Amino acid sequence: MSWTKKILRVNLTEGTCTPEPLNMEWANDYLGQRGLATKYLVEETDPKVDPLSPDNKMIMATGPLTGTMASTAGRYSVITKGPLTGAIACSNSGGFIGNEFKNAGWDMIIFEGKSPTPVYLYIENDLTELRDASHLWGKSAWEADEMLHKDHQDPNLKIAVVGRPAEAGCLFSAIVNDLHRAAGRSGVGTVMASKNLKAVAVRGTLGVAAPQDPDAFFEAVADGKEVLAENAVTGQGLPTYGTQVLMNVINSVGGLPAHNMRDVGFDKAENISGEAMHEPRASDGKANLTTNGACFGCTIACGRISSIDKTHFSIKDQADKPQYQGSSGGLEYEAAWSLGADTGVDDLDALTYVNFLCNEDAIDPITLGCTIAAAMELFEDGKITLEDTGGIDLRFGNAKALVEVIELTISGKGFGAEIGQGSKRLCEKYGDPDLSMSVKGLEFPAYDPRGIQGIGLNYATSNRGACHVRGYTIASEVLGIPVKTDQNDAEGKPELVKAFQDATALVDSAGICLFTTFAWGMDNIAPQIDAACEGDWSVDKCLEAGERIWNLERMYNNAAGFTSDDDTLPKRLLKEAVKSGPTKGNVSRLGEMLPKYYEIRGWSDKGIPSADTISRLGL
Amino acid sequence: MRHIIIGAGPCGVVAAETLRKANPMADITLIGDEPVPPYSRMAIPYLLIENIGEEGTYLRSTEHYEKQNINYLNHRVSSVDADEKVLTLDDGSTLLYDKLLIASGSHPISPPIEGIDLPNVHSCWTLDDARQIAAIAKQGSNVVLMGAGFIGCIILEALVKRGVNLSVIEMGSRMVPRMLDEKAGGLLEKWCIEKGVNVLTSTKITAIKESGDAMEVETDGGKILKADLVISATGVRSNIAFLEGSGIDVKAGVVVDNKLQTNIANIYAAGDVAQAKDFSTGEYEVQAIQPTATDHGRIAALNMAGQSVEHHGSVNMNVLDTLGLISHSFGLWMGVEGGDSVEIYNPDAYKYMNLRFGIDEEEDVLVGASTLGMTQHIGVVRGLIESKIHLKEWKERLMQDPTRIMEAYLSSTQELDNVI
Amino acid sequence: MQKSLHLDPAKCTGCLQCEMACSYEKLGEFNPSRSLIKVFTFHEEGRFAPYTCTQCDEAWCMRTCPVDAITVDMATGAKLVADDKCVGCKVCTISCPFGTINYVQETGKVAKCDLCGGDPECAKACPTEAIVFIDSNAHGYDRMKAFAEKSLPSANAT
Repeated sequence: MSWTKKILRVNLTEGTCTPEPLNMEWANDYLGQRGLATKYLVEETDPKVDPLSPDNKMIMATGPLTGTMASTAGRYSVITKGPLTGAIACSNSGGFIGNEFKNAGWDMIIFEGKSPTPVYLYIENDLTELRDASHLWGKSAWEADEMLHKDHQDPNLKIAVVGRPAEAGCLFSAIVNDLHRAAGRSGVGTVMASKNLKAVAVRGTLGVAAPQDPDAFFEAVADGKEVLAENAVTGQGLPTYGTQVLMNVINSVGGLPAHNMRDVGFDKAENISGEAMHEPRASDGKANLTTNGACFGCTIACGRISSIDKTHFSIKDQADKPQYQGSSGGLEYEAAWSLGADTGVDDLDALTYVNFLCNEDAIDPITLGCTIAAAMELFEDGKITLEDTGGIDLRFGNAKALVEVIELTISGKGFGAEIGQGSKRLCEKYGDPDLSMSVKGLEFPAYDPRGIQGIGLNYATSNRGACHVRGYTIASEVLGIPVKTDQNDAEGKPELVKAFQDATALVDSAGICLFTTFAWGMDNIAPQIDAACEGDWSVDKCLEAGERIWNLERMYNNAAGFTSDDDTLPKRLLKEAVKSGPTKGNVSRLGEMLPKYYEIRGWSDKGIPSADTISRLGL
Repeated sequence: MRHIIIGAGPCGVVAAETLRKANPMADITLIGDEPVPPYSRMAIPYLLIENIGEEGTYLRSTEHYEKQNINYLNHRVSSVDADEKVLTLDDGSTLLYDKLLIASGSHPISPPIEGIDLPNVHSCWTLDDARQIAAIAKQGSNVVLMGAGFIGCIILEALVKRGVNLSVIEMGSRMVPRMLDEKAGGLLEKWCIEKGVNVLTSTKITAIKESGDAMEVETDGGKILKADLVISATGVRSNIAFLEGSGIDVKAGVVVDNKLQTNIANIYAAGDVAQAKDFSTGEYEVQAIQPTATDHGRIAALNMAGQSVEHHGSVNMNVLDTLGLISHSFGLWMGVEGGDSVEIYNPDAYKYMNLRFGIDEEEDVLVGASTLGMTQHIGVVRGLIESKIHLKEWKERLMQDPTRIMEAYLSSTQELDNVI
Repeated sequence: MQKSLHLDPAKCTGCLQCEMACSYEKLGEFNPSRSLIKVFTFHEEGRFAPYTCTQCDEAWCMRTCPVDAITVDMATGAKLVADDKCVGCKVCTISCPFGTINYVQETGKVAKCDLCGGDPECAKACPTEAIVFIDSNAHGYDRMKAFAEKSLPSANAT
């Protein structure tokens, strides 16, 4: 058994914490974490609920492998209806808190209602209490983290917390755990803050029970670790360069968007790449990168731990703020792209600094960077003026402006509050909605759908908006994993996208990290789940569960009011051809791929799962 | 070479073993005055809880001494003649020695109170005391514990687990005043009260009177408590009476030098009886704690064996488990004048911690600490105090957050420089 | 030849596989809070330090134990806690200047690294060789041990 079979229901309105048994029938269909929590959300909430109302629920969920010795098995997810998109939101995070939930004896925590005053949830195994958080309200995530550790006199306490922007209503607020890991996208932190819930602090010492079949488990786990160690991406590329290994790769294949996706290809990508993070800097001879670090149980260890040049303009006058002077979570590829390439800024230290700020105050750097990029384009187009920005010269490539506008966003004041609403609302306000590079209101990550066709279809159909980690076809289209497909082909991509989306849904429901799939196929993953858990988790059953989860999310979104019209990309990507580089002349051929995708999913041409599909998947 | 060790507590036993290791040929005699094999008083609470039987309190297996060729005698030493190098035992027999270790330990003291000699008033010090307490302290019986010091607190849990109605009466203003400050002692009191113990601090017992089959305990506050059993735990003193007239220099205990040797050559003292150097203060004091007893035993024995080993002073430290709430104190836990200190106090969670730093060139050196509700890696507090490690930038970090003590320790003792 | 655990912070990524392996070996469950090897994270420095008992010669824990519950495994040199003898008095926990013997509330006894009888699970589970079980003399024993012991005046008395 790898589930604790217990969930905690926290009613913030009433101030109660009530344990209840996990619905094992559902667990058998949806496994855990993303899938199972979505099932609970679907069963318990109205899809049309206002995401920021007390009637929305927020679920923190682990997977059955979370807290076991399977590599990377420390994940947890936050599932709710997202305020940025109005679609289902599901944000996955690593770090150490997932394991702590599990060790405290909880598979899942369901938050409902809204507390009358700020509170935090304290969990110490069976002791579960909502406690006053009025002293934490108005503090950054890092400050609150430190205060909670001190209050409880327990360095081993694991904390997930929201920052000041979430309190102020920034729609892309994250929930940061372990200081620099985040359930980052879709505004899950905004939902948390809307419930007056500042933090969850957990300490678990109960242990995670032995796997169902220990011999088979340790064999499958050892095989899996060996595969990760021997794979070039998971064994070398990721530990050495982190996800930042991709910056130069994606740029060189003509897949790196820049300047609010006006361009494909960023001529200064090298300056903000994983390789650049290793280069000694002039001032002190140290590299940006201090070391690599692992999340719980991870034998890949892709995490970046970086420091900022002490002489850099961003921190040279902040010697009194030790949090910027030492090392902390450094740039990952998506953040380096959105805050950097997409805004045209190639100042690695500035990017590291604003990335620290995103962690310190728990906001999604992808949406933040993209929204600023949109604002920069509007600024250069004259639609946003110096008066609007409060004097910030918001041109592409202006590192100082980037720092200023992000500090302002975190403060929630002036133009910062407008950035805090995301690019869709910002571009609508300033009269050019087409400049929002988003799908269903969620901004793009760092792969251009014109340069890489399959990922465009994934973005358009992803259940939480433009998201790469719902179906990371880049693996196949660029890296050749598990087989190389041509990035410029549209043919075969619907099948590829569906396969990646379904497999990912399963991986996200198991408690392990998606990055294992650079090396692992379902034939590596299923045996680990099967040996850990009750029931028969064959490759086929895993894939079917993945597809079931995907369809359940889709049906939730449909019920929430989304239609096939929302399965699209911004006009720019469909009409404006790439101007230069290896993918010059390309646009996204979404129109060719979408009907086929619907067909192989067993959906109507309006994107609605057919009765057959629903019955086949037991939905 | 005849080595005699007076006292068969942990100190004496460790000394005998150390001597044996240092000199396989030595003639070693260990003398204990209780009619049981050498045992540990530290284990008595667990005997009272009935986690262990009496043999569970034994310091070593009964065959151990024979195997080690240590001659164990069950006698009381009545006097020492340092000139003739001879001991007289309680049966009038004599023993010659070449080297002598006085490790005679300490005994409980009783306050001069009316009724202190009644049959059901006991100390809790020896195995025999424990047997008598166990015979009376049953489910539902009324027990008054006089003194909430270290000994009192350490048996408190055992008494509660035996199901007695327990009252604790402490003269001082808080529990364990020699180990915990007002805040920590106050928290401990609150904890005990919450667990159903009747705790009266700043209270003196004025008389114990027989009342039918039981007793009545009167306090200076005018309270009268019924008691089937009164346990006196008001402190201990070194066992030095038998040294009178021996010429051995005695104050609170036997005064020793930095080799743990007394004023008389070839006579050493160690453990609860020894007035030896305190690591923190540099003063010569009787510490009467277990870790010091075994440290003393080892160092004294090595010197007796002809090695020259200096005693740099023992860090005074205590650990106490009171009904599941664990407390510690180390070194100068009350702090030093002018030294920095930092504390965390979280009464709701029963957590308390203070760290005390030194002054001048030791301003970044940890000199003392006390904690409540902390168990992990606690030994590094001793490590940091005793090694006098300069914490450098970690001092300021600890001032901000003292829970980072383990990080401070590792940073100061390990090379953490990383190479990418 | 006796072997010892060699711990190298420079190679550690902080993944805690060692803690899981240790707890599984001892308890049959994955419970890092009960692991006898601990990894400490130094956030500002970006460092991870695995840490456990060095099985030091001084054996403060063993010497101070009032009930003879700690003994030496002659084959491995490990100092072993006998659960049936330990009464939970915690004196060893304050005596060990390395803080590597700890009281366990759940069992009421102390616990420390026992080198798994000569085949430590933590070393086997470590993906980066930050924990290796090697010839004690080959690496001059352990830097940590050498440094910390040297600095303790009471350790000089041997």
